[in-house]
Amino acid sequence: MPALGADMEQGTLVEWLVKPGDQIHKGDIIAVVDTDKSAIEVESFHTGTVEALITPVGETVPVGTVLATITETEAEPARPGAAEAGRPGAVEAGRPGAVEAGVPAAMGAPAAAAAGPAAMGAGPAAVEAGRPAAAGAPKGKRAPGKRAPGRARPGRTPAPAGPAAPVHSTPLVRHEAGQLGVDLAAVHGTGRGGTITRADVEYAAASRRVRATPLARRLAAELGVDLGTVTGTGTGGAVREADVRRAAAAGAPAAQQPPAQPPAAAAAAGQAPHAGEAGRPATAGRAGTAGRAESMRQAIARLMARSKREIPHYYVTNTVDMGTAMSWLRERNRRLEVSQRLVPAALLLRATALAARQVPELNGYWGEDHFVPGPAVHLGVAISLRGGGLITPAIHHADDLAPGELMAKLRDLVNRARAGRLRSSEMTDATITVTNLGDQGVESVTGVIYPPQVALVGFGKIVERPWAVNGLLGIRPVVVTTLAADHRATDGYTGGRFLTAIAQLLQRPEEL
Amino acid sequence: MSPRRRPAAPAARQAASPPAAARQPVMHNEPGGSAAHRTDLLRQMLLIRRFEEKCVELYSAGEIHGFVHLYIGEEAVAVGVNQALTPDDAIVSTYREHGHALARGIPMTAVMAEMYGRTTGCSGGRGGSMHLFDAQTRFYGGNAIVGGGLPLAVGIALTDRMRGRSRVTACFFGDGAVAEGEFHECLNLATLWQLPVLFCCENNLYAMGTALARAQAQTDLAVRAASYGMPAWAVDGMDVLAVEQAARHAADAVRGGGGPHFLELRTYRFRAHSMYDPDRYRDKAEVEEWKRRDPIDALAARMREAGELAGDTLAAIDADLTGELTDAIDKARGGPLEPVSDLTRFVYSPRQP
Amino acid sequence: MTGSGPGKTTYREAMRAAIREAMLADERVFLMGEDVGRYGGCFAVSLGLLEEFGPERIRDTPLSESAFVGAGIGAAIGGMRPIVEIMTVNFSLLALDQIMNNAATLLHMSGGQFSVPLVIRMTTGAGRQVAAQHSHSLEGWYTHIPGLRIVAPATLEDARGMLWTALADPDPVLIFEHGSLYNMAGVLAPDAGAVDIDSAVIRRPGTDVTLITYGGTLGKALDAAEALAGEQIQAEVIDLRTLRPLDDETVMASVRRTHRAVIVDEGWRSGSLAAEVSARIMEQAFYDLDAPVERVCSAEVPMPYPRHLEEAALPQVPAIVEAARQAVG
Repeated sequence: MPALGADMEQGTLVEWLVKPGDQIHKGDIIAVVDTDKSAIEVESFHTGTVEALITPVGETVPVGTVLATITETEAEPARPGAAEAGRPGAVEAGRPGAVEAGVPAAMGAPAAAAAGPAAMGAGPAAVEAGRPAAAGAPKGKRAPGKRAPGRARPGRTPAPAGPAAPVHSTPLVRHEAGQLGVDLAAVHGTGRGGTITRADVEYAAASRRVRATPLARRLAAELGVDLGTVTGTGTGGAVREADVRRAAAAGAPAAQQPPAQPPAAAAAAGQAPHAGEAGRPATAGRAGTAGRAESMRQAIARLMARSKREIPHYYVTNTVDMGTAMSWLRERNRRLEVSQRLVPAALLLRATALAARQVPELNGYWGEDHFVPGPAVHLGVAISLRGGGLITPAIHHADDLAPGELMAKLRDLVNRARAGRLRSSEMTDATITVTNLGDQGVESVTGVIYPPQVALVGFGKIVERPWAVNGLLGIRPVVVTTLAADHRATDGYTGGRFLTAIAQLLQRPEEL
Repeated sequence: MSPRRRPAAPAARQAASPPAAARQPVMHNEPGGSAAHRTDLLRQMLLIRRFEEKCVELYSAGEIHGFVHLYIGEEAVAVGVNQALTPDDAIVSTYREHGHALARGIPMTAVMAEMYGRTTGCSGGRGGSMHLFDAQTRFYGGNAIVGGGLPLAVGIALTDRMRGRSRVTACFFGDGAVAEGEFHECLNLATLWQLPVLFCCENNLYAMGTALARAQAQTDLAVRAASYGMPAWAVDGMDVLAVEQAARHAADAVRGGGGPHFLELRTYRFRAHSMYDPDRYRDKAEVEEWKRRDPIDALAARMREAGELAGDTLAAIDADLTGELTDAIDKARGGPLEPVSDLTRFVYSPRQP
Repeated sequence: MTGSGPGKTTYREAMRAAIREAMLADERVFLMGEDVGRYGGCFAVSLGLLEEFGPERIRDTPLSESAFVGAGIGAAIGGMRPIVEIMTVNFSLLALDQIMNNAATLLHMSGGQFSVPLVIRMTTGAGRQVAAQHSHSLEGWYTHIPGLRIVAPATLEDARGMLWTALADPDPVLIFEHGSLYNMAGVLAPDAGAVDIDSAVIRRPGTDVTLITYGGTLGKALDAAEALAGEQIQAEVIDLRTLRPLDDETVMASVRRTHRAVIVDEGWRSGSLAAEVSARIMEQAFYDLDAPVERVCSAEVPMPYPRHLEEAALPQVPAIVEAARQAVG
């Protein structure tokens, strides 16, 4: 039972996605575990064969309990059929399919290396070969929304595929997408190498159904707001006109996720919770969340208490002139379609990620008695959940993502967070976290660090203020940036450097 | 069930004294008019008979639909009463109205076309068998609700009264209507306000499947009507000359300001209530008994006896009618159907834009 | 006969003035019904008219709804312009056959030959503890019938002006007068005359929610709007005026602006006129709705006698306010 959060003590095994004898690979989702906060998909960090399932479904076990045994095998070299079946094109980075499938280039390579037979080399073929098995199994047995045992495929000789198909989906999956009206281009693939599985398609279809009034829907379409990202204040959590307008006013679609953080910010900062969000009763919208919301609240409470108890916080604040960034943003957006426009939050996140790279002392964990730098910049973002509650999944390698990509990842995270479909790695990997991006009108946010991280970055609302530029008084958009840092790991000087870095980065938006 | 015995001659029943201004009833062509007149009456009855018989054929062939209530056997009533009416008078009838409509003078082609649902029908095809209307002859339907026409007739007569016109509104209804509240309300109101209504009750002894004796505690309907204070009497409805005489007598009284009058026309329908009716509630013997009193046969026999009816006259009339009928049917079959796009017409009157 | 003071009058007096004016202007017009003459009218609407116009034109009828409504139909066909007064909508049930099967239908059955220019006036509604058989609001039922026109005057101007227009209409018009309105007092312009019977009217403009009603509940809707204003909710109040045909245009234009609707109807909720209006809003303004359409109707119970129960059964201002709050959220 993995630890899926710093405060997690136990988990309940909800579902096994593999059975003894199945071949699995590192990164495969093999089980679903329920925690206080949500259901999390558990991935395997090993490649091999499932030997035995130890923990039965429904049992709650402490973190660290053995769930299953796996006989490790090496990443297999290309199987005879595969290499010859020869999709040389697939291996090439230049092939669009491969790139898409691999998404982050960094991930693509290891996947190719580790996954061996089903590597890019025989990507589509293997996927197709395996697909019937996977598709066959779930057919009729799984309701939409459940995860198919995506990669529980026996070692089949990959058959040569038909005419060239995009790496990231199979005909069956494409058919399903067509049936459900899902745009594959917008679906995040969780299969190996980023392939889109049937479960991904089904999830995408399900998560699009947002409870919203007709007017809100129409307005959202007109204003280019992604309904799925709007918190609804109507009956049953329905999204209403006011909600859409608020979302639109705060910026374009993707950026709505950070603003939906008041509870975290409020709780973290010890400010009075915003009545609308934090006070929202657990009964809103989602079936079965009442109990979860309650336990989530408790989990957050425990975590926050622990943080304050154990971590000696210090705080640094800086006000950043956003004039240049905002006008750059406006210019850029003018040339883009509504759905692709950037919001200020994208720039803020990007700047934070880059700053974290520049000041690595704030990017990592506090171990027993020393600082452990993080392996990369995995930016945690606080996401509020409908029905109350907060979750802080990570955007991996945020410093390698352009603002547009950051926005897309964020949107995806929010969708999956709200659908309870975060991956365990997302839950555990954040190396530094950003909180509230000021949507609720708060000018500055000072937070509570999520242990074992050593820093929490806060952004307030971008507001117009009198400002001195080159000795002249004018009105500029400014944002207050704050840093809460673990004094055991760093001191004020480092904290100040960090915020200064952010400020400087934001003066050169074109380089972000 | 044996037929009820009928008085040989109409028994006039006078109720409370009519207004002093009432004149002596005027009798035309007494007793029964000229031979030519009687031949005309024969023709009129035969027209109705042949028309109704044709309807049986057409209905069975599926060319006309819905409810069709045949007047066969009752022809003397429509023809006889109509003799007493002027073109100025009004008629309100029931669903068993083909006879009234034809006797009144609505062209056979218009009635047939209406049965076929064509726009050339007298109600534009909209009404069908039960809702024949014709403004030209002041024929106000055609009502499928038993007793539903009586208030209407009262109202039309009210207008004439208020306008000081001496017109008669003849209101036809059956013995079944006597059970409805409207009947009583209307006879009372008409007498109270002295309205010029000629209430013509076609008592054919059955309200659909219910025999009169099973529906009315007091089966002498003329007596019932008289209790409202209006002159009322029973008439042999199978004798067209008797009907004519009684109707003229009553209508003239009404027209002269004598207030409403009531005629109980004792008659019989030879066929079932409607084309749907298996007629299980009547004794075949009874039907046969009444058929022997066929009004057309009766008049023809009487005329033959008096030497008024040449051997081939009837045949000639029949041939004539057949031709007319065939022509009417042809025209009806070929008549235009109203376009569906006009469906919602005639719900409200047309307005100036 | 008219109220004291220039222009000051009541709904009852306005209606009487309308009848009088019509009878003076057109000798085809006459009034017929129970107790309209010697009694002066059950609700005193026709008080004094018998003395002025005589028994031929102000006709007391026996208790024969079917007969005298039917007679009114016949008279209308015959060329008169009768006003038939049915004492209350409760008794109209006895004449339902004449109204539906003759008045509404003759034009159609005759293929357009005979129209029925009849006006029927009826008192409707509850609120005076007259219990189950005397408290119906059935105007909604009548709006179901093609061939009829149904109006509900709720103001002095409409009481004064709808009758003439109704009399001029070639088709049957049913005028529903809510019993609670007769004493309504106010000022009427001296030249107040005929008004249209085709349109709904916005009695109070607003931006946040549309309250739709007619007749006896207009006052309550306006009171509710006043209360809501105190809560910063600006309610727009529409008086439907004509119930058949409904003025969809005015209603939809309003809902498209406010995005929320509350319909107030004294009829029972099931199968009510409010249900019809709600369905139409759904059909025509769905994409402009920011909340489900609310209905405030009478409780599903025959009208009870005791005051507190009757009040609880009828639509009241607090319920209207609450429904508006629900819609606004």
